[in-house]
Amino acid sequence: MNSDKSLVLKYLYDTRTRSIIFQVLLILSLIFGFWWIVDNTAANLSAQNKSVGFSFLSQTAGFAISDTLGTWLLNYEVGTSTYLDVYFIGIANTFLVAFLGIIFATILGFTFGIMRLSQNFILRGFSTIYIELTRNIPLLVQLFFWYFAVLRSLPNARGKVDIIPDVIGINIVGLYLPSAIPQDGFSLTMTAFAIAVVITFFMNRWAKKRQQETGQIFPAFWVGLGLLIGLPLVVFLVSGSPLVIEYPEFKETGPILKRGFQKGVGMVLVPEMLAVWLSLSLYTAAFIAEIVRAGIMAVNKGQTEASLALGLKPNPILRLVIIPQAMRVIIPPLTSQYLNLTKNSSLAIAIAYPELVSVFAGTALNQVGKEIEMIFMMMSVYLTFSILTSIFMNWFNARVKLVER
Amino acid sequence: MAKKTTSSSIAYVRTEPAPLLPPPASQTGLLGWLHKNILASMTDFSSPVAAVKSLLMAFFTVLIGYVGVTQIISLVDFAFISAVWSDPEGLKREACWTVDQGGSLPSGWHGACWPFVKAKFKFLMYGPYDMDQLWRVNVTGIIGLVALAWLLIEPLPLRRYVGIFLLTVYPVLSIILLYGRLDPSSTTLSVITLGGILPPTPTTLMGIVVVGLGLMTLARLGSRGMLSRTIEDHARQIEMSGWVVIAYALIFALFTDGYNLERIDTNDWGGLMITLVVAITGIVASLPLGILLALGRRSTMPAARIICTVFIEFWRGVPLITVLFMASVMLPLFLPEGVNFDNLLRALVGVMLFSAAYMAEVVRGGLQAIDKGQFEGSSAVGLTYWQSMRLVILPQALTHVIPGIVNTFIGLFKDTTLVSIIGLFDLLGAGQSALADAAWASPVQSHSMYLFIAAIFFVFCFGMSRYSIYMENKLSRSRRH
Repeated sequence: MNSDKSLVLKYLYDTRTRSIIFQVLLILSLIFGFWWIVDNTAANLSAQNKSVGFSFLSQTAGFAISDTLGTWLLNYEVGTSTYLDVYFIGIANTFLVAFLGIIFATILGFTFGIMRLSQNFILRGFSTIYIELTRNIPLLVQLFFWYFAVLRSLPNARGKVDIIPDVIGINIVGLYLPSAIPQDGFSLTMTAFAIAVVITFFMNRWAKKRQQETGQIFPAFWVGLGLLIGLPLVVFLVSGSPLVIEYPEFKETGPILKRGFQKGVGMVLVPEMLAVWLSLSLYTAAFIAEIVRAGIMAVNKGQTEASLALGLKPNPILRLVIIPQAMRVIIPPLTSQYLNLTKNSSLAIAIAYPELVSVFAGTALNQVGKEIEMIFMMMSVYLTFSILTSIFMNWFNARVKLVER
Repeated sequence: MAKKTTSSSIAYVRTEPAPLLPPPASQTGLLGWLHKNILASMTDFSSPVAAVKSLLMAFFTVLIGYVGVTQIISLVDFAFISAVWSDPEGLKREACWTVDQGGSLPSGWHGACWPFVKAKFKFLMYGPYDMDQLWRVNVTGIIGLVALAWLLIEPLPLRRYVGIFLLTVYPVLSIILLYGRLDPSSTTLSVITLGGILPPTPTTLMGIVVVGLGLMTLARLGSRGMLSRTIEDHARQIEMSGWVVIAYALIFALFTDGYNLERIDTNDWGGLMITLVVAITGIVASLPLGILLALGRRSTMPAARIICTVFIEFWRGVPLITVLFMASVMLPLFLPEGVNFDNLLRALVGVMLFSAAYMAEVVRGGLQAIDKGQFEGSSAVGLTYWQSMRLVILPQALTHVIPGIVNTFIGLFKDTTLVSIIGLFDLLGAGQSALADAAWASPVQSHSMYLFIAAIFFVFCFGMSRYSIYMENKLSRSRRH
């Protein structure tokens, strides 16, 4: 009797038994919670006479979407395009603004980050003020400022503000840019560019190999740049400049309804996109600047001194010693800033730029009412993107990890 | 000896130290500062390349300086110098109109319209909250502010108790003050009043509080050996029961009719008040949740680890706005029929889960920085898992990541603006709806409003980040050996 009891106690006090019991309880409660939610949802849905399914995706969508990359890519038309098309339009617009934002934010962020480390008081001060201001004001406030206070208070469709007279102009309808219309034979130039890329790639490999074997340096950068610009340019000129640049056309006279920028001439970026793009990149740039600053400061001063002692010149020191080491520190947080920027593009719903959340989980959801399916579809886009990013980060971290003894 | 004679006999060898010369003019005063901080990078003309670089640098500096100075001047001009400060005649929008628009300000005028912000100030702070009841918000805010300041200023005494007050009594007090009495079902009420034994009056509440405090005093005195031996032996149990009684008093206060405050529905909350409610709830809830999740993710139990990892990565992988959407659209579907969450509570659930996931990653970073010997050492001296976490690991891990924690708080505070998208009137949402008021329509209306809102957010976030830098310096000083 006594020994039985102590045996039970012995098992109960054993950490392994305890951990198994705990885990079984955890899994059971999780399953129960899940079942409870599913059961409630089923009851609620049947009370509302709703069913679960994805058949709504083939229904035609009955609402207009403003002209953006997505509508252009998928040839969107009210009454013929389906909700699946709307989904893809949302994805395309999200990635368009995220892509443009990432480029602009990176350029600005690196500039401000380097400026913040400058010896020059004016550059340093400017960058510090910029970073502290943008980091401490919510993105949504900045987005509203750019959209409502700046872009919405521009002249109306009959007026304009010139950015470059006769080339780039802006009014409340959007930013008017010249568009380049490729003619017959332009594909030759594109082919030439592709060939130049391939040649540059192999030339770089060859130059590196030769330098490691013989020590001779080949000016691969300049030759490559020359190839990338020169070869397409020559082909372009030889094939008779098959590219027509179309400038936006502005009429100040004539019938009142025909005044202003002419429809279909040049390219127009809607103000919603401009606002999202500007605010996202200005906001993220401040964070990138801090990352860049931290990355450069993380490189030990001894590295510079040692390279100088080896007789390297300032430029190669920067290129071969400082930047590679700083990049190891910079790239992981930089990637997560890119991910943040992409996720933050969902704020565009507040000003109705037709990206994924706004157009699919907003407008389309209101019309179809399939909450569960649509929110699931929307979230899975962001989740896929973030999983892909973290796979890349793991790969990168493994690649650049310091090999220690 | 001979050497000395030679050196003193030669005329060009000094026999006494040279007098100290003043530093060159280019190194001191204003000129020195200018040289070191501005001119140093643009005065190298030793080679053509260096000259080009210097010139470029000079050009760039002048450009940036010009842009910066003009921007600052125009901001100061807009906000202070040109701004309209008062509207004594009650003109409303016309007070901020130029001659071209039909007002009296000179043509081309551009300045802030502060009478507009002043007129909307109450709405921006409290939203549509009942105007006669504003004292309740003010009292809640003042109590919270005083307690928080007490907690943050180092030399003040009893900070531990103020902290406990902030985390236990204060939330209940704020619900009572801001919302009013909760509406319990009759069963809940009878459970709370112990089947009617304790009448739900303020006197009863006071009685319960007195009993609880009495028990705790008893335990305190007993543990110092000032009372009988029996009490000294059971001091711990007595203290625990004192805590239980206090907790009971809090629940009693929440549910019973012991006070007479009008109910104010959360739909009537708004402005800065709702921003602070969401932010503070998120901050307070996310830290313990985040710690639990981080411990789970580092646990040796595979089930706990996988569940926590999936949970964290899910919330971190999606934008907050989709989480808020999910909370406002899908949460009602997940709950049994009849259970109804109000809008604010849904947003709070979303914000809490979201920020807990971010907090978990910050805390995990701190846990990973702790030396393995600390874990081994604490189990070697016989501490249980929770004891070693509470006494050894977490205090070290959390101090390591204070900057990260504060950064998450700042992020969370800024993210509260997103609740305006799902229809809550937070500071930004209230500002947006104030902008729709045509009685104040003018070209500078939106500029003034956004400047005001941005300034409020800036003060909060910048303050938090400065406090974190101060804490970081203090801790790294104390960590230095």
